[in-house]
Amino acid sequence: MSLGKEGIAQRIAKEVKDGYYVNLGIGIPTLVANYVRDDIEVEFQSENGILGMGPFPFEGEEDPDLINAGKQTITALPGASFFDSAMSFGMIRGKHVHLTILGAMEVAENGDIANWKIPGKMVKGMGGAMDLVASAENIIVAMMHTNKAGQSKLLKRCSLPLTGVGCVTKIVTNLAVIEVTQDGFKLMERAPGVSVAEIEQATEGKLIVEGDIPEMKL
Amino acid sequence: MIRKTVENVQEALKDVEDGMTFMLGGFGLSGIPENAISELVRLNVKDLTCISNNAGVDDFGLGLLLHKKQIKKMVSSYVGENEEFERQMLSEELDVELIPQGTLAARCQAAQQGFPAIYTPAGYGTEVAEGKETREFDGKMHVLEIAFKADFAFVKAWKGDKAGNLIFKGTARNFNPNMCGAAKITVAEVEELVEPGELDPNQVHIPGILVQRIFEGKNYEKRIEQRTVRSKK
Repeated sequence: MSLGKEGIAQRIAKEVKDGYYVNLGIGIPTLVANYVRDDIEVEFQSENGILGMGPFPFEGEEDPDLINAGKQTITALPGASFFDSAMSFGMIRGKHVHLTILGAMEVAENGDIANWKIPGKMVKGMGGAMDLVASAENIIVAMMHTNKAGQSKLLKRCSLPLTGVGCVTKIVTNLAVIEVTQDGFKLMERAPGVSVAEIEQATEGKLIVEGDIPEMKL
Repeated sequence: MIRKTVENVQEALKDVEDGMTFMLGGFGLSGIPENAISELVRLNVKDLTCISNNAGVDDFGLGLLLHKKQIKKMVSSYVGENEEFERQMLSEELDVELIPQGTLAARCQAAQQGFPAIYTPAGYGTEVAEGKETREFDGKMHVLEIAFKADFAFVKAWKGDKAGNLIFKGTARNFNPNMCGAAKITVAEVEELVEPGELDPNQVHIPGILVQRIFEGKNYEKRIEQRTVRSKK
């Protein structure tokens, strides 16, 4: 059975290691914080100017001066810090943030990513995504394997305007864990109960399958 | 001490004109200069260029100016929360320059600090870099981005003193410090205006030299865009 959004977040949480500063994008990536092991030390960065982001506040304790990149009310954990936007992107550009997790509309087999614009239809803007993908060295994309029309989002080439070139290192979808290599998408893990054939069918770009592909452990 | 206080928002914005370029602080609706925006609506100045990370929502923040068609051009990184904005953009009534958020901050900071331009890797290989100079440093391509030029910067701080020193709160800080001193005139509105000496100089985020006018704002709504809570167990 393919994973839901929570399942994707749960699998990605295993990529978060002790000592990591992590930037979480809007959508599925935000959910990752709920599944990170509590025996490791991790700080979440939000591009609007906080390190040490905590969970949503209790009802009645919401603070309009304390939000995340998705404009949601949040809390600050002990050891948190606030800073301005130039500093926020300075720490991203300066490679001080270890892991970036973001959503995408399309990813290409060479690591290109598109997630900010559908010409003539939807133009929300890139927000911080272009800065993040241009600078971060460890970029995981969290997304569904296919779009609402059932078309693959893992392509030979992106059809939408790019957010960044050759930057994505790993993709976790509802069907699979995939590494982006010089030769194309390399299948690493299958979602529980999902066959290699199903993943191949849902992947338009070049999919490399070597040996037995294990099921994800969540 | 050099006094920066003005009586109220009317005095602070007395010389804004049609066709000017403004920087406005805030991320979403957090830390936006609510008083300055209300005054711009009242003054009904037109053909404005606004540099701001977001464009408010339909009935608050910069959305109020959009609704009255006072804005000719927006320079932003993300505008997804505003239907009127999207309508004006897709119908080409509104000129929109979407740029990476870190680039927006850096172009403000460059203007503040006297750099004519900066190189950033953000946007290389995308339509954002089209027509711009690029250059390789250490094997990686970068895009040349020019410092903003603006007539006014409207910022919002938590506390300020009469010398124009500012302290921000939480994530309402965002672009506000980067816009101080980045325009010809910086107008700071604060929730609490205190006498010189009442702010600990060690705690000041922005020194008064970057602020030309300061006043204590009124009637802050501080609207929450996405109220998210967890239940007490």
